[in-house]
Amino acid sequence: MEQADEARLLERIRSDQPGAFESFVSLFEDRIYRFGVRMCGEREDARDVLQDTLLQAYKSLKTLKHPGALRSWLYRVAANACLMKRRKGKFEPERELSLDDLGPRDPDEPRAEIPDPAALPDEALARSELRQTIRKAVAEVPPHYRIVLVMRDMEHLSTAEVAAALNLPETTVKMRLHRGRLMVRQRLEAALTGEGAAGEKR
Amino acid sequence: MSHAHSPGSPRCKELFARLSEYLDGELDEALCSEAETHLEDCPPCRDFLESLRRTVGLLDRLPEERVPEEIRREVRESLERLRRQRGA
Repeated sequence: MEQADEARLLERIRSDQPGAFESFVSLFEDRIYRFGVRMCGEREDARDVLQDTLLQAYKSLKTLKHPGALRSWLYRVAANACLMKRRKGKFEPERELSLDDLGPRDPDEPRAEIPDPAALPDEALARSELRQTIRKAVAEVPPHYRIVLVMRDMEHLSTAEVAAALNLPETTVKMRLHRGRLMVRQRLEAALTGEGAAGEKR
Repeated sequence: MSHAHSPGSPRCKELFARLSEYLDGELDEALCSEAETHLEDCPPCRDFLESLRRTVGLLDRLPEERVPEEIRREVRESLERLRRQRGA
């Protein structure tokens, strides 16, 4: 759904049109749940994230000031709900990870090639070990990088939307996205080469 | 020139830091053409870029999980309770 359609939906919610909030729920519930699973790793937690986010939306959507910012607002609420689920730790790192450990390995070392997604049939990803390997690689990325990675590469928010949702400068979003991708790349390569423990040595 | 492109050379490191921006089309024109010139001459950077492009592509291709029915029902019931409390 385009931003303009989302803004129209928000207008319908604001003017209490019948079925408007239900349309909103249908439109976003799978996305918010998926986001919760990817961020929290547990279905129970994802359910709470979905529930908290939709309840908050019901209470606050009518007063949202910028209709064009619906998605950013929604993911901000969902991100906060995920944060509440974290029993320890935090989203903000003490310092950003250095790129030095995330680059190419020695070209002489044997390594598996990451498969070309364009050459993979849908079924290959739907039931293969590869899907589990990718999910595990994402789950191992520290949360403050993973949240940017999930929003950008899996939920397809723009850099500006992620920046607004997480209240971060766009430069920080880009930097964390790059590190998140590099970590997934490194873990995928290690797992496919049969070195599941690589990348854990830091 | 190939010695300038050994992994870890300053030019490679510079590009490495911005590969995601390159993939996302977020580099300005001058930096983008600099990156392309470097990539033409540097097979290790090209290979690394390809592996990063594939990683991003795989993330995009993961099957999309839907809310399990029992959770969908449970959450909709909570919303209905809230709605009744608020007298909507």
